[in-house]
Amino acid sequence: MAGTPDHRNGSVRREGAVATDPALPPAAVDEEVREAEEKKWTPGKIALWAAIALLGGVAWFMLAIIRGETVNAIWFVFASVCTYLIGYRFYSKVIERYITKPDDRRATPAEYKADGKDYVRTDRNVLFGHHFAAIAGAGPLVGPVLAAQMGYLPGTIWIIIGVVLAGAVQDYLVMFFSMRRGGRSLGQMAREELGVVGGTAALIATLLIMVIIVAILALVVVNALGESPWGVFSVGMTIPIALFMGVYLRYLRPGKILEVSLIGFVLLMAAIVGGGIVAETSWGADIFSLDRVTIAWGIIIYGFIAAILPVWLLLAPRDYLSTFMKIGVIVMLAVAIIAVRPEINVPAFSEFASRENGPVFPGALFPFLFVTIACGALSGFHALISSGTTPKLVEKERQTRFIGYGGMLMESFVAIMALVAAISIDRGLYFAMNSPAALTGGTVETAATWVNSLGLAGVNISPDLLSQTAANVGEESIVSRTGGAPTLALGLAHIMQQFIGGTAMMAFWYHFAIMFEALFILTAVDAGTRVARFMLQDSIGNFVPKFREHSWRPGAWLCTAIMVGAWGAVLLMGVTDPLGGINTLFPLFGIANQLLAAIALSVCLAIVAKRGTFKYLWIVALPLTFAAVVTITASYQKIFSPTPAVGYFANNAAFSKALAEGKTEFGTAKTVTAMEAVVRNTAIQGWLSVIFVVLSIIVIATAVLATVKAFRNRAAGIAVQDNEDPARPSRVFAPAGLVPTPAERQLLAEWEKVPAELRFERAGHH
Amino acid sequence: MSTGLAALSSRFKGLALYLGGVMGADAYAKYLEHHRLAGHQDPPLGEREFWRDRTDRQDSNPQGRCC
Repeated sequence: MAGTPDHRNGSVRREGAVATDPALPPAAVDEEVREAEEKKWTPGKIALWAAIALLGGVAWFMLAIIRGETVNAIWFVFASVCTYLIGYRFYSKVIERYITKPDDRRATPAEYKADGKDYVRTDRNVLFGHHFAAIAGAGPLVGPVLAAQMGYLPGTIWIIIGVVLAGAVQDYLVMFFSMRRGGRSLGQMAREELGVVGGTAALIATLLIMVIIVAILALVVVNALGESPWGVFSVGMTIPIALFMGVYLRYLRPGKILEVSLIGFVLLMAAIVGGGIVAETSWGADIFSLDRVTIAWGIIIYGFIAAILPVWLLLAPRDYLSTFMKIGVIVMLAVAIIAVRPEINVPAFSEFASRENGPVFPGALFPFLFVTIACGALSGFHALISSGTTPKLVEKERQTRFIGYGGMLMESFVAIMALVAAISIDRGLYFAMNSPAALTGGTVETAATWVNSLGLAGVNISPDLLSQTAANVGEESIVSRTGGAPTLALGLAHIMQQFIGGTAMMAFWYHFAIMFEALFILTAVDAGTRVARFMLQDSIGNFVPKFREHSWRPGAWLCTAIMVGAWGAVLLMGVTDPLGGINTLFPLFGIANQLLAAIALSVCLAIVAKRGTFKYLWIVALPLTFAAVVTITASYQKIFSPTPAVGYFANNAAFSKALAEGKTEFGTAKTVTAMEAVVRNTAIQGWLSVIFVVLSIIVIATAVLATVKAFRNRAAGIAVQDNEDPARPSRVFAPAGLVPTPAERQLLAEWEKVPAELRFERAGHH
Repeated sequence: MSTGLAALSSRFKGLALYLGGVMGADAYAKYLEHHRLAGHQDPPLGEREFWRDRTDRQDSNPQGRCC
């Protein structure tokens, strides 16, 4: 592409625009020294990367080509880790070199806006953990489990390749561009770069998408806790535990976060053990065996209260607990899988990979596999975290590659481990657990008969196995426990019991997994409701200025009620859906999440174009095109497909027709009320799909227009407006990656001789 | 005291420090450092006030948590 008006072909180079203080050591490693270091291939380095490539190649060969009777889980670990390392070392370097072009001589917002509170320079490794804890939640634990319906290979390929070329690229770019803009949010960037129409469409889409995401996450919890007195008790106990922690931190020992988290963790373990004892008693089983509708209402009421209570009382302590658990659980999962190395019996491509009537989620592999696995491969929600919070904490520009790109690779690894855990259980069990009760019939006998009738290779399940497994994990039944969480919990319990404790410990591990998934989700529900409420308040504030005052109670309560009402309605719709709930709604979750990714990537596309980088625009255009094609195709099929299981409106028409003909039962709906519910639900889901896709197309179109305009302006030599904060010289230095390079070490040593007072621009910001 | 034990203890301390950093337990220490280096004349917030202020500000600036 010789004809692109790249800034390298003429216009001013950005590099060298900032003059740093000559009295201080350089704030960046010398460009030429760094280049020389990167380009120098010592025999040791060559051998290392050759070994990584070879191991990765062998692992992929074992997964994709050999496909014996079984495959060992360790190959998933090698294939993913080696691919991540190569992607990180080579692809993210290309992005850094040609697109982001970080300049460590420029101060980051954490330096030039430093206030000791929101803008604080944070050690890169600490910030990596912090950012990872903010982006990773229940999403990567649920999607891959459902996608296992198609066999292990499609999901594995999408998770690993998708993250390298799409998900991590999005996270990195959004973080970097937000950092260059003083930590502005995605919504603000969209308005700046895409104008009023694109910005407004992005805002409405984001708000709607958050409603869907919160509702479906809540649905996962409801399905995991329904008819499970043990789960209800132990997850319910997290509320008093969090309240206690909140009071402890506020009044007893302020700031002792690690201490209170440890106390909370011990109480949490006690709640899990206690749940087992309580569920054994007759009164415990009576009180805590709640049906799904009751639990849904409980979560809705809880969500409203949690969103209007002060943060210190419930949300902050729960967040500490959730972060603590997150790190612990992920380390535990990794250690267990590496130590136990379970054999996987699931085929690479299952019978459902080439059909569109899978019981777990309907639709063909393309595009529905790619929306079922969103988190872990490409998650638009991350753009909300990568803009705003983390960029205000980054110490040096070069570190965004490690934190943004590397953090997302880590989440992808979590998704791979969740997939491994889910496919390590018996396939018959998998389908009995993940198919809606309308198909399995709900009892062990009917479920076993139905699963065996599917004609899946190597599957022959007995009712005994279903009831025995339920007894092992301390549940009444495991038939049709949809939503992914119970399957992952069973998979984890299955692996962990081989590692610690044996069958006797299975029930504990199962409920431990349910507990942490519920904890992650409830934290996301709390935070999501709050964030959405503020977005709504600000939007209404454009018309009624009073709503902008965040402390104005009636406005806050009204907006909270609207948001909770919105996701609560979707949640109840999912819980009572005669067709199953998860199987009809989960695709909507993935579509929503990836449309958000398309929006974020559109904003990045416009920014990259305005910076004058056209030759490498494909790095952004590739994931954007893929996300757009996948989500628009999926939406199109959801709206227009004539297959009732896939198309919302086709289903709607089928049920409406049945009602008009005076039928009293149709398909899986056994009453007229249920049939009316299907008509109502499919209409809502269909129209939601329409709204999402229309808004996203508007955003993508405005981004493409902005890109074309930038190209023309650049070609005509007209200056393109840049929305970055002005460059300020940096007075600090820190290495870019996990391990400092020799040149970085040398520079660090120079900096250590400088007294701390000199490294700070005095009174520069007050 | 064996050196192995000392190394283990320092490693454990390092891990606790890291975890604390990830969860934001060192926010007050960092605030004090900022306050000292920035050369403010007014005295810094006390520990209790700082943490109160921190969570109270989060009331109107919620941090997103992902799925």
